[in-house]
Amino acid sequence: MSAFWTLVRRDVTLAVRRGGEAALTLGFFVVTVALFPFGVGPDPALLGRIAAGVVWVTALLAATVSLDRLFRPDLEDGSLDLLALSPLPLEAAVLAKCLAHWLVTGLPVTLLSPLMAAMLRLDGAAHGPLAVSLAVGTPALSLTGGIGAALVLGARRGGALCGLLVLPLFIPVLVFGVSGVEAAQAGLPALPHILIEAAILVAAVPLAAFAGAAALRLALE
Amino acid sequence: MPSFPHSLASPARFRRLSRRVLPWASALAAGLLGVGLVWALGFAPPDYQQGDTVRVMYIHVPAAWMAMLCYAVMAALSASFLVWKHQLADLAARASAPIGACFTAVALITGSLWGKPTWGAYWVWDARLTSVLALFFLYLGHMALAGAFDDRERGGRAAAILAVVGAVNLPIVKFSVDWWNTLHQPASVLRLDGPAIHGSMLWPLLTMAAGFAAFYVAVLLVRIDGESAARRVEVLTRRRAAGA
Repeated sequence: MSAFWTLVRRDVTLAVRRGGEAALTLGFFVVTVALFPFGVGPDPALLGRIAAGVVWVTALLAATVSLDRLFRPDLEDGSLDLLALSPLPLEAAVLAKCLAHWLVTGLPVTLLSPLMAAMLRLDGAAHGPLAVSLAVGTPALSLTGGIGAALVLGARRGGALCGLLVLPLFIPVLVFGVSGVEAAQAGLPALPHILIEAAILVAAVPLAAFAGAAALRLALE
Repeated sequence: MPSFPHSLASPARFRRLSRRVLPWASALAAGLLGVGLVWALGFAPPDYQQGDTVRVMYIHVPAAWMAMLCYAVMAALSASFLVWKHQLADLAARASAPIGACFTAVALITGSLWGKPTWGAYWVWDARLTSVLALFFLYLGHMALAGAFDDRERGGRAAAILAVVGAVNLPIVKFSVDWWNTLHQPASVLRLDGPAIHGSMLWPLLTMAAGFAAFYVAVLLVRIDGESAARRVEVLTRRRAAGA
């Protein structure tokens, strides 16, 4: 188990120190959310209604733009070969790397979401459900995204292709993430929606581990 | 003597079988689609509410069924390719993807043409429509991934993993109309209590569906032949490059 956490720590450290990748993703998230009031106008009623969707879609995009760095640097400098040779199963290595990806993208996005929601004039009552739905949903994005990132290793124009592959698979998470917040806005319980999101997350763990590891073995052949 | 599906894995044996099946499948497709179209467009009764607009259904519903069936076939072939490494399964999965994408596009386009007079909008963001749109994107992603590698084999295996992962969308498409309260009507043919559609409309619909299925088989056989030829060309080119 210690190999797992060592890998997580290594990836997080690299993401924070290597050109501030983590900060770049967060900056992308904040700037993109800030674009919406310019695009749709500053009307508070309109912004409040679309706030949950805007924050969620932007969180999706922030997870996607950083996927390219999930496995490719390791493939290029050979550390992926070492990972494959290490006693840690490749499935566990995939999960560790996805967890590290979430710690530097999903977690900061979740923590920042109340601020962004307040800027977009979301109802105060919906702030909590939005943060919780992001906290449960973004790990599923990192896991599903990990499959896509592993599949496009070595492909031509891998970055754009990865977006095309994973964004359709993100739709269920997005649907339930936003519907939970909308339920809260309408005064209904958000919990059922968040529980379905949690179910998707639980299903994504083995799916990402096996499919991601199979794709990595393919890339290492 | 290998068992039935495995004995098909030999490309030569498959080609012999496919040459024999192809004329029958083509004739069946032409016959069923010809009869079905005349029956559906000319003789089936107009709907009491929708009038003649209901005739779009005879194209739309079989196309939507085939869109899902193609993906299921593709996912099953991909899984068997990943497990048994049969080249033929890879060729068939690749050959299936563009056909499925076309069926999906036909379902989406005819659905939207039907939606305008019936619902008053070409497109609504309903769960069924959205999940079928996601299915269309999955097909496109599969085709893009299969063609994105310099090594054909590598592309095929990456696309196979994607096809298996993307299969989670199929139940979402199928049950979206039951799980969510959608504008799209729920299933009316495949139901536990029998079809909720009158025989005068059910039979032309089933004829069209059988015609679509025969068309799929015919086009699939031709495309598998094409994929197999493309693969041979690549192998020969590489062998020549290595020899030179």
